[in-house]
Amino acid sequence: MAAAAGGTAQGRGATSFQRKAADGSRLATVVGTRPSVRHGQLLLSSGLPSLDCVLEEDKYALYSNLLFKYFLAEGVVCGHDLFVASAKEHPDNILKELPAPLLDEQRNELGEEATAVKSEDFQDSMKIAWRYQNLPKIEASPTTSTKFGHYYDISKTMSPELFQSIKWHSFYLPEELSLQPTVKTCNMNSAYGRLLLSIQRVIYQEGFDGSDPQKKQKNILRIGIQNLGSLLWGDDICCSDTPEDIHSLTKFLYVLRGLLRKSLSACIITIPAHLIENKAIMERVTNLSDTVVGLESFIGSERETNPLYKDYHGLVHVRQIPRLNSLICDVSDTKDLAFRLKRKLFTIERLHLPPDLSDTVSRTSKQELAGSAKLLSSGCGAMAIGKKHLDF
Amino acid sequence: MMFSSLEGLVFLEGLKSCLDLLFGEQEEQLGQPSPLQFISTSDLKALFDFVQVSLTPASSDSWKGPVLLVDDLSVLLSLGATAVAVLDFIHYCRVVVCSQLKGNIVVLVHSNEDSEDEENELVVNSLCHHSDLILWVEGLVTGFCKDVHGQVMHWRAWRDVVQTYQYKIQDKNVTFFARGLSAAVL
Repeated sequence: MAAAAGGTAQGRGATSFQRKAADGSRLATVVGTRPSVRHGQLLLSSGLPSLDCVLEEDKYALYSNLLFKYFLAEGVVCGHDLFVASAKEHPDNILKELPAPLLDEQRNELGEEATAVKSEDFQDSMKIAWRYQNLPKIEASPTTSTKFGHYYDISKTMSPELFQSIKWHSFYLPEELSLQPTVKTCNMNSAYGRLLLSIQRVIYQEGFDGSDPQKKQKNILRIGIQNLGSLLWGDDICCSDTPEDIHSLTKFLYVLRGLLRKSLSACIITIPAHLIENKAIMERVTNLSDTVVGLESFIGSERETNPLYKDYHGLVHVRQIPRLNSLICDVSDTKDLAFRLKRKLFTIERLHLPPDLSDTVSRTSKQELAGSAKLLSSGCGAMAIGKKHLDF
Repeated sequence: MMFSSLEGLVFLEGLKSCLDLLFGEQEEQLGQPSPLQFISTSDLKALFDFVQVSLTPASSDSWKGPVLLVDDLSVLLSLGATAVAVLDFIHYCRVVVCSQLKGNIVVLVHSNEDSEDEENELVVNSLCHHSDLILWVEGLVTGFCKDVHGQVMHWRAWRDVVQTYQYKIQDKNVTFFARGLSAAVL
């Protein structure tokens, strides 16, 4: 899964492929990236360069903004260039609120708590659910230091010194409109057109597309676009069933993808998908993007009080994973993911069903649980529930 | 998006060409409109002209049976073309490539069982009616499986028989096998 970085369980480091002594890396080394020998690409800690990740916002955009900030924070820590675009909040303010990276001492602190819990597990080997012992343990907390991917403390903001060394560009729509009242765009929403021109200019001028051979030190451009498709961008797909121009957003994404493929850059976009009435648009957006992740938060929904979900704050739906330079993608074994926001960390974990322990459980409640479990189609119990359905 | 012909590859890379169109120089080359100008004008004629010019052999060439590969047609709908325009485009291509040049066309479209994209479903249904061969690829009904990634249904117009195979995708190739005979099961 190539969701945004920051304490996620599925890092890209899960591959077991070991390359023998690299005979002088033929792939250009760029700070904060790691070459993927399987696909011949450079990997960023949240995915791949020239990658376009669409994040479907949760209802109040709380958690999607968090992931958005993680992506940018990772860029700052790795020394990448940033490009932040928003129509709602000034990019300066967004950057002021990036989470601080966890330093080594703090990481060990958290690590100790986690290992204390783990050693208990090891001592009593499982008696009833012994089959689960063989499942790989997912690292939900940072215990090993790694240069590829960092962990962030949400309770603190990033110190301004870290910004000194990086170059960042911003695009704040109200400012752009006042600076340049008219701009020629080919049959596309004018705000999107301006944004594309701005991105293209940065890519070209800073040489991210390799157009400047003099530039020795290659770098990555991380682009973050907030709240795309909302009314603030001049697009009415979020407030009308029959929007004026249903193609603007998809045209924008297509051209953006062209720009990203041509340069060393990665882009994360948050979209208020729950507001878009015309579902055809989201289907097309999904087909046009490399990665699409939907966040469903439990705030304000009936699931908030559902005992199944008491440990979590929301679900993660992975709708699309990238298949660049190969026929198949790195598919993780588990499809049911949930996220939770602890005091300092945001983590994404495999969704666990709590054990059904009560003796006096009545028939109806058992069926309710079974019904919800069927929806989850979790890896363990779904086979026993519902119709048996074999393909052959 | 790409187009190709046999023995000589003419490759139109949509992503790259649209950048040239939008951010390139103002003057058009030799008065020839870009094949992707439908992004601005919603008119697929320039694209068809490009196909026709590329696939029609010059008198010195001895090409036989050109193949037009379109990957993928659903993107044209996302870029502003109407369903009718897309179907007209394919119809014109069929006349040139299949009837006149005795070649073949292979088209990729996306579809979903519960899709709400009516324009796309219209294109898919129409293409199914006019095709000699349909390869329908989908995941397993029972959900994700590590060893069997999905199945392909293979339907020929004149035989009206559906054959189903299952497949597993590896890094650089795909293995096909009859249903129930995946390597993991045997």
